[in-house]
Amino acid sequence: MPLDDIYKEVILDHYKKPRNKREMPGAERSCSRNNPLCGDEITVFVHEEDGRLADVSFTGQGCSISQSSASMMTEAVGGKSIKEARELIRQFRGMMAGEADPGEDELGDLVALKGVVRYPIRIKCAVLAWDVLQEALGDGEGFASGTSAH
Amino acid sequence: MAVTQERSAGLDVARIREDFPILSRTIGGKPLVYLDSTNTAQRPRQVIDAEREFYEQHNANAHRAIYFLGEEATDLYEGARAKTARFLGAPDPSTIVFTRGTTESVNLVAHAWGRKFLKEGDEILLTEMEHHSDIVPWQFAARDTGAVLRYLGLTDDGLLDLSNLEALLTERTKILCVTGMSNSLGTITPLPRLIEAAHAVGALVLVDGAQLVPHRGANVVELDCDFLAFSGHKMLGPTASGGLFAKRELLEAMDPFLGGGEMINEVFHDHSTFNEVPWKFEAGTMNVAQEVAFGAAIDYLEALGMDRVREHEEAITAYALERLSEVGARIFGPTDVAVHGGVVSFWYRDVHPHDLATILNEEGVAIRAGHHCNQLVMRRYGVPATARASFYVYNTVQEVDALVEALGKAESVFT
Repeated sequence: MPLDDIYKEVILDHYKKPRNKREMPGAERSCSRNNPLCGDEITVFVHEEDGRLADVSFTGQGCSISQSSASMMTEAVGGKSIKEARELIRQFRGMMAGEADPGEDELGDLVALKGVVRYPIRIKCAVLAWDVLQEALGDGEGFASGTSAH
Repeated sequence: MAVTQERSAGLDVARIREDFPILSRTIGGKPLVYLDSTNTAQRPRQVIDAEREFYEQHNANAHRAIYFLGEEATDLYEGARAKTARFLGAPDPSTIVFTRGTTESVNLVAHAWGRKFLKEGDEILLTEMEHHSDIVPWQFAARDTGAVLRYLGLTDDGLLDLSNLEALLTERTKILCVTGMSNSLGTITPLPRLIEAAHAVGALVLVDGAQLVPHRGANVVELDCDFLAFSGHKMLGPTASGGLFAKRELLEAMDPFLGGGEMINEVFHDHSTFNEVPWKFEAGTMNVAQEVAFGAAIDYLEALGMDRVREHEEAITAYALERLSEVGARIFGPTDVAVHGGVVSFWYRDVHPHDLATILNEEGVAIRAGHHCNQLVMRRYGVPATARASFYVYNTVQEVDALVEALGKAESVFT
């Protein structure tokens, strides 16, 4: 059934039980964005320590794709150096643009979102959290619009 | 099919559907169930043929070509204007300005009337159920003139809250801008009462007819509205067709909107004089073929009869409200179909509308999910988005059943 491509178990699991979904009052970096198409919004918080993303969390509301992507992202980049996080963002974007086909070795659970590529209008949902993270890291504009820095 | 006939109250939907080639498409092997006409309607063969025939037989630039084809093109274009005027009950075709649709029409008024006549401290009264296209142009006009925006709020059941109408509609109000039918809630607004109240304080009224005109029709003389904006693509016509009705004295008093060819009378080094109404507002080559085909859409709707269109939509909307309630959907907007046009916004369980739309798409069911350019409405009811099904002349109760059945699928994915 084609729906299995998009609504994989791991996606639904992160949607129903989002990881690191909490505010982070002492965060050195935080940023918010909304997806103007659907009204979804996400804020990403980053606690930085010795050049590493020691703790990454998010808040917001939205569809299963945007929320699960945010949840998986916080797990994937947590503990990484800024350079490694940027590399992960690049790989994830490449996958969502259909330009790269990374495996679980590189992206872990995030490969579950590969199926979203078949639904072009939903790609923005999947990359929303990543846009926000990228901006929080000071890397400027991403795919989506509707930026508001905190 | 007995149910269809019973419910469709006068429209021969099976025959109508044969006029719409796209309705025989399949999506992933399943019949297309198109429930997004509030977004854009589908086109009957008659409209598609009219546009093609214009290009194949009559194409020349309207009002600019001194040869036979030019005359034909001009006659067809002006004929479409006359049809539009008749459809809206306007006695004078020159009160119809062609535009790309409702958005451009509102921008035209906010610019050509607003920039000229609004002053600092004047008030523009909007409603929280206005489409963004009837809010943002007025924000621009307010910014440029110092006028102030006011809003009529909404009741919990999706009606305009008129309890403080007298406080909001005062001699400071220069224009009331109100939709005739909400594109997200489906609410039919009490236009006669609002227009009378606005005129009593000397305010003009702009009616956003993007949904009202296709689904209920409108008579500008009976309504006595000052401006009525409408879109061809929501009433079986081509994209970028449609226009604006305005009272003639207003069109004459207003400044032009866009400058360019055809809207001028004479051009000098430092100034120009302008063409007569309505051509003063039609700068550059217009969407001639599209407006001609829009005329064919009007012919089609008139042949069906707007009363029957309305009866059909009321029946199908009543059925949809009933079925969606039965399965536990939260419905936004009035429950009474007398004031609820053929569009139903809802949440099904706690499935996000985007997820719902994706899952329904796999069943061939096309609905809209999002804020519907109604962020004030979404905020009022505390949701980021809704799922929205909308109905037109070609929709059947079986399609409502298909929608409800597909909702079950969504539930099985998410639970």
